[in-house]
Formats: sequence, C-alpha cells, structure tokens
Amino acid sequence: MTEAVRVEGVHKSFGKLEVLKGVDLSLAEHEVICLIGASGSGKSTLLRCIDLLEPVDSGRILLNGEQITGDAVDQNRARRRMGIVFQAFNLFPHMTVLRNVTLGPSEALDLPRRQAEARALELLERFGLADKRDDYPDRLSGGQQQRVAIIRSLAMQPALLLLDEITSALDPELIGEVLEVIRELAAAGMTMLIATHEMGFARDIAHRVCFLDAGRIVEEGPPDQIFAQPQSPRTKQFLQRIIEAGRL
Amino acid sequence: MTELEPTSRRSRLVGDLFRREGAKGVAVALLSTAVVLFAIGWLVVHSKNWPAVKDSFFNAQEFRDSFPDIAQKFVRNIEYFLIGEVFILSLALFLAVLRSLPGPVFFPLRALAITYVDLFRGIPTILVIYILGFGVPSLGLRGVPVSATFWGLVGLVLSYSAYVSEVYRAGIESVHPSQVGSARSLGLTRLQALRFVIVPQAVRRVIPPLLNDFVALQKDTALVAFVVAVPEAFKEAQIIQNADFNFTPLVAAALLFLLITVPLTRLVDWLSARERGRRQGGAVL
Repeated sequence: MTEAVRVEGVHKSFGKLEVLKGVDLSLAEHEVICLIGASGSGKSTLLRCIDLLEPVDSGRILLNGEQITGDAVDQNRARRRMGIVFQAFNLFPHMTVLRNVTLGPSEALDLPRRQAEARALELLERFGLADKRDDYPDRLSGGQQQRVAIIRSLAMQPALLLLDEITSALDPELIGEVLEVIRELAAAGMTMLIATHEMGFARDIAHRVCFLDAGRIVEEGPPDQIFAQPQSPRTKQFLQRIIEAGRL
Repeated sequence: MTELEPTSRRSRLVGDLFRREGAKGVAVALLSTAVVLFAIGWLVVHSKNWPAVKDSFFNAQEFRDSFPDIAQKFVRNIEYFLIGEVFILSLALFLAVLRSLPGPVFFPLRALAITYVDLFRGIPTILVIYILGFGVPSLGLRGVPVSATFWGLVGLVLSYSAYVSEVYRAGIESVHPSQVGSARSLGLTRLQALRFVIVPQAVRRVIPPLLNDFVALQKDTALVAFVVAVPEAFKEAQIIQNADFNFTPLVAAALLFLLITVPLTRLVDWLSARERGRRQGGAVL
C-alpha cells in the first residue's frame, strides 16, 4: 500500500493553549480514517494543519512521500492536491453554484473555462445538483450547500479529501444525503480523513478509527475493535457518553 | 423583513406614520406641519429686515439672470465629480488592499498605506487643494502640468481616497476569515483570494457608505473653486455676486447642488434599506 499522508510528531498551539501535543498518523491511498473525540480534542486543528491552513509548530507532514510543511515548500501547490470540506460549508455567497465549483480549477489549476465547466457539470450531474448550477448558495438547503462544497473540493481532483464535521451544522433530515455522497466516494476509492460525531457512520465507512483526546491520538484500530472493545479508559468513557446520548 | 420592502420604496417618513397612526394620524401631521410652516413664514416675512434679506438673497430678477450662467458652469462640477470619483475609487481600493496584506513581509506596504491615510485624513481637504493647486504649478517643474484645476482635482482625489479607503477596509474586514480559508484551501494564492473572494464581497457591502462619500464629493467639487482659473458653479456665482452686490447667485448655486445631492441621498437610503433587508432576510452565512 502506498502512503497518502504521513503526520509526524505534529505540535500546534494557539497562544498558551496547546491543541495538538505530538500527533502521528499515517493514511494509505484509498483508505478512509475517521477521527473521533470530544469537541476541543484537536480533530479540526489536525485537519487544518494537514491542509496547511494552520502552520504547525513542530513536526512535519508528508503528502505522497513529499514533505509539505516548512518554508521551502510551495504551499499553494500542496493545497491544490488536497480538498477540505468545512462544517459551515463556507461556499462563496456571491457566486453561483457553478462558479463556486469552477473557481479552483480555472484559477488555481489554470484550466480553460470550458474544461473547468465541463468538469464541474459532470460532478453536479453525478450528485444530482445539475439543476442548481445557476443558483446562489443562499437559495439552497444546508444539505445541498454541503454537497456543493464537497463537489467544489472534488473538482480539484484531490489525492486526499479532508472532512471536518461536515454534518454537524445540518438538520437531522439533511444529514443522510450528505453521508450518502461520502459513502459513494469511499466506494470509489477516495482517500479520506474524516472528523465526525456520527459514530454509526464512522463504524460503517471507516477502515480505521482514531480516537483523539486532549491533542493526542489515544487509540486507533478497525472500527469493530474501537467501538466494541475499546482498550483505553478514555475511549471507553467517551463512547459511554455517546451511547448515553443515544448517538450510537 | 418583508415589511421593509414596500415602505422602503416610498418616503418612509410618511409611510411609517401611516402604518402606525392611520389616515387620521397623517391628516394631523399634515395640518400641524402646515401650521408650523405658516407660523415660521409669517415671522420671517414680517421681521424688520426681511425686505433687505429678500432683496439680496432671494431676488427673482437676479436669480433669472444668473441661473443659466451658473448652471452652465455647474457642468464643470459634474465633470470634476465624475473624473475624480473614478480615480478615488481605484486609488482607495488599492490602498485598502495594501493595508489588508498579512504577514511581516508586507509590513512596509501596510505602514505606507496607513501613513497615507493618516496624513490625508488629518489635513483639511481645502488645504490640500490649496497647497497643490497653488504650490505645484508655481514650481515650474518640466513635464508637470501647470493647470491649477488639474492640481486642485488631484488634491481632491488624494484627500478623498484616504476616506474612501477606510470604507473599503471596513468592508474587507467584514468578510468572514473562513472565506479566505475556503479560497486558500482550493490552492488560490493570497492575491487570488482577495481578487475573487474577498474584494467582491467587501465592495458589495460598502456600496451604501461609498455612495455617501459620493454625495460629499459632489458638494466638495466646489472647493476646487479656490484655486481654479476657469470658473465652476461656485466661482461663477461669486463673480456675479461681486459684480451685482447681490447674494442670490450663491443661492442659485446652492440650489444646483441640492438638485444632485438630494436625489443621490435618497438613493443611498433606499439602497441601505434594501441591503439591510437582504442581510436580515435570507443569507445563511
């Protein structure tokens, strides 16, 4: 198996608050890893560090064996090979759906307009949003907006997709349509690192689950093992709370 | 916010009253307005100095004679306004973008932009126009225009750019940082993120305050009168006033400015109300 991403000893602080306290993680191509853990455990920060939206304090990150952290690297080039989808969608409100999706390919990848649009339309078609191409984001439901955000990332044809609690801001009845998209991507072999609170979904889709607590990966393994026989007391405690909340 | 729509199209002053108080309320308001206006009018007309005031400020004959000349020169004010505005909008945006560049590398550019804004916001516009309009032509530099009008206009542009750049900056800062994150995560450079994502959203948001500055600029074109050789409306009115010993031409000039600025102000109000309605209405983000 080829390694898609490697995270080595990553530390990250915001002011005095140390959010990541030495994270090591390796993700193979076509692998799907779910990051679980309480809010504030560092899931989002880890994803943002991998996407180079936050500089790491120490440690390094490799993408397809190539180091992407540090000053000597063209970070824009590295970012083009990864996609990230945010909890709050973060679509560009002043652009139509189509323009949202073509912006990256045409400006960052220098694709001719026609080619960028063909690529975008193919994706919109595939995920049932072709009829929304000329709508502005505020005309769409949350679920539709999030699907457009996923498509916006996919249009860059990334080697890796980072998903940051992408269903947390959605009404319960809209979560299904978004998770369906992710299932389809997983089936198609997309490499994904997913921070999620949807334990059922994680159990379903992940090849491996990593439990983050206070900035460290406390436990990792296949979903059956993590959910059925967690080893660490912290993992047990976390899962117990999830079960009590009726989320597993 | 659906309520806002119909009322914001018309005069909200009367519209609100009608909604709150009904037809009777409007009737009372009209009546009391008429009484107040009549009382003020009566007092003014019957004051001791009214005949003299009327003759030197509101002389109908003088108005008829001077108005066409002043109106003709007023075209220059509109010209100054339009030309000035183009340069102001571009220079101000440039300054605002410079000031929003992040990181230590861009410190000198940021410092430069801040110095510029501090300087030109701190000096009265009329002084800038005076210094440039009289100062630069007197230097007799080769290859530099000697027209006082040109330099007066430059002064106006420099001064207003400082104000307008602050309006832009407020707009840029009002765009949520997650929008930058979104753009950068697609692999766009800082400048591309500014160009495609931040600035377009910022400009949309600041259109009403920008138009406010338009209104102010339209009036302040009269300041160029202090340095120009070729008269615009204010200067022309002054010339006639000096010749006829009558202030009516100045009132005529004032009226011309009002003809432009009042509709422009109403337009700004309308746009602001619409923008407010839109923001509170839909928009998920």
